[in-house]
Amino acid sequence: MIRFESVSKSYPDGTIAVGDLSLEVPDGQTTVFVGPSGCGKTTSLRMINRMIEPTGGRITVDDRDTASMDAATLRRSMGYVIQHAGLFPHRTIKANITTVPLLLGWDRRRAERRALELMEQVGLPEHLAGRYPAQLSGGQQQRVGVARALAADPPIMLMDEPFSAVDPIVREQLQDAFLMLQADLGKTIVFVTHDIDEAIKLGDQVAVLRVRGELAQLASPADLLAEPTDEFVADFVGKDRGYRTLGFRSASYPIATEPTVPVGATADLARVTAAGRWVLVIDDERRPLGWVDPDKVDQAVSIGSLHRGGTVASVTGTLREALDAALSSPTGRGVIVDESGALLGTVRAHEVVDAIAADAQRAP
Amino acid sequence: MDWFTAHVDEVWKLFVEHLYLSAVPLVIGLAIALPLGWLAKRYRIIGPPLIMGTGLLYTLPSLAVFILLPGILHTQILDPVNVIVAMTIYTIALLVRTVADGLRAVPEDVLLSATAMGYRPFSRLVKVELPLAVPVISAGLRVAAVSNVSIVSVAAIIGVQQLGSLFTDGFNRAFFAPIITGIVACVVLSLVLDLLIMGVTHVLTPWSRTRRPG
Ligand SMILES: Nc1ncnc2c1ncn2[C@@H]1O[C@H](COP(=O)(O)OP(=O)(O)OP(=O)(O)O)[C@@H](O)[C@H]1O
Ligand SMILES: [Mg+2]
Repeated sequence: MIRFESVSKSYPDGTIAVGDLSLEVPDGQTTVFVGPSGCGKTTSLRMINRMIEPTGGRITVDDRDTASMDAATLRRSMGYVIQHAGLFPHRTIKANITTVPLLLGWDRRRAERRALELMEQVGLPEHLAGRYPAQLSGGQQQRVGVARALAADPPIMLMDEPFSAVDPIVREQLQDAFLMLQADLGKTIVFVTHDIDEAIKLGDQVAVLRVRGELAQLASPADLLAEPTDEFVADFVGKDRGYRTLGFRSASYPIATEPTVPVGATADLARVTAAGRWVLVIDDERRPLGWVDPDKVDQAVSIGSLHRGGTVASVTGTLREALDAALSSPTGRGVIVDESGALLGTVRAHEVVDAIAADAQRAP
Repeated sequence: MDWFTAHVDEVWKLFVEHLYLSAVPLVIGLAIALPLGWLAKRYRIIGPPLIMGTGLLYTLPSLAVFILLPGILHTQILDPVNVIVAMTIYTIALLVRTVADGLRAVPEDVLLSATAMGYRPFSRLVKVELPLAVPVISAGLRVAAVSNVSIVSVAAIIGVQQLGSLFTDGFNRAFFAPIITGIVACVVLSLVLDLLIMGVTHVLTPWSRTRRPG
C-alpha cells in the first residue's frame, strides 16, 4: 500500500504544485488521479518514486518511508510509463524491455526470455523484437512502454497519461488490453489521466484533484457518478453522469421470447414467423445475426439482406448495455444473449427504464 | 609526378607523421571535451562561460601557439609534444560546444524514463545520453579532424616535420611539385580521417538509420 501523509510540493518560485495531500492507494487495485491541467497529478505521481522530492509530509510504501530508501532502488521496484512511452531510440524493442531486469542483475538469457513473454502478453508480435522504436506505430510503442515497465514484475506501476497520445480507436484497444492484463496481474497501479471517461473505465478508485493537488473526492467510479461531493466534481464528471451510472448497475428486466428464422429460410417462412413485423435471424448456434424485413426478402434470407445496426446486450451485463441494445435496435426490441452469446430474447427500452426505476427505489 | 615517384618514401613518412599529429590530439581532445561538455550542459551557471571560453581558444593564432608553447611546457621547440598539445587545445575548442549540444539533443522523455527506471546519473550518461549524442558529436569531430589536418601544416614554419614541410620546402626552392604533392596528401589525409569517423559512427548508431515502414 502506498500512503500519502500530508504531502506537499512547492517550488522556489513560490508555485505550490501540491498543497496538502493525504491518500491511500490500496494493494492490487488501480487508483486513478484525475483532474484539470496543472492540478498536480504528475507531481503527485512522481513524488511516489522520488523523481520529485516532496517539500513536506511523507510517502510510505508498505509502511516504509520512501525518503529513507535509495532512490534508484526504489525506482527499480516500480514500473513507470509515460505519455510518449519514452523508449530508448538507440535500443531494440527487446533491449528496451530488458532494461530494468539487467539493471537488477538478471542473467541476460533470462531477461530476454522474459522480454519475449511480455511482448506476447501485451499483444506485440514477436518479429518486432529486433526493431528500433522509430520503426513502430504509436500504439505499438505504448505497448512496449507497458511491457518495459512490467519487465521485472514490480508490485507497483506508475502510469502518467500512458494512452493519451494515440488516436481514440487505438486508445480504446490499449485500455481494453490494460484491463485484461490487470485482471491477470493485480498490480498496485497509480494511473494519471485528465480524461474522466478513462478514469471511470480503468479505475477501481478514482481520486479527483483540483488545483494544488487538493483531493476533491476519492470514490469508486460508480459512487463518483452517483454522488459527486460538490459542484466541482459534478462539473468535472460531466452532464450525462446519470446515464453513465447505468454502466455500473445491473438489475433484472423482463425478457420476451422473440420469433426467429435461420439464415437461408424462405421468404414465406420469414413472413409467417414475422407476423407483420421485422424478424430476427440467428445462426446454427442460436447467435443473433441481425434483423430482416420479410417483405424485402426475395427468395431466401441471406446474410447480405440483414440489418445489423443494433447492439447486443449480455444478460449478465449492465443496465447501460441493455438500454443501449433497445435504443439502437431498428425494431425497438433490444437483443439479449446469454454468456455463450446465444439468444435469450428481447427487451424494450421502457421495460429497462422501469427496471432502473424499481432498482432505484430499492436502494436507500 | 617524377618528383613524387622519386620521393615516395619521404612523403609517406611525412604523411604518417601528419596523421599522428592530427589524430592523436583528436582522441585526447575528445576525451577532455566530453566531461567539459557534460559540465557545460549540466550546470547553467558555468555552462555559457565554459562554452564561450573554450570556443575562444580557437581564435588563438596557431603560429603564436607553436612558438609560445615550448616556453610554457619547458620543451624543445622541435618537440612534437608542442604540436600535440596545441592541436588538443583546438580540438577542445571545437568539441566542448558540440558535446554539450549533443547531450542537449537527447529527448527529455527519454531522460525521464531512464531515471524512472532506476539508472543512476553516471550510468544514465554512459548508457543512454552518450550513445544518443553520438551523431552530433561525430559531426563535430569531423570538422575538428579537417581543421587539425590543416592547422598542423603550419608547424612546418617552426620546423616540425610533416606534410607542411613540403610547402616550406617548395617555397624555399620556388618549386611547385612538393607543394602540390603536399596539398593532395593533406586532402587524402582529411578524407581518410573523415571516412574513419564516419565508419565508427555507422557502427555505433544502427538505430539512427531506421525509418518507419510504409
Ligand atoms: N519546476 C517547476 N517550477 C515551478 N512550477 C512547477 C514546476 N513543475 C511544475 N510546476 C507547476 O506545478 C503545477 C502542477 O504541475 P503538474 O505537472 O503536476 O500538473 P498536472 O496535473 O500533471 O497537469 P497536466 O494534466 O497538464 O499534465 C503546475 O501549476 C505547474 O506549473
Ligand atoms: Mg501531467
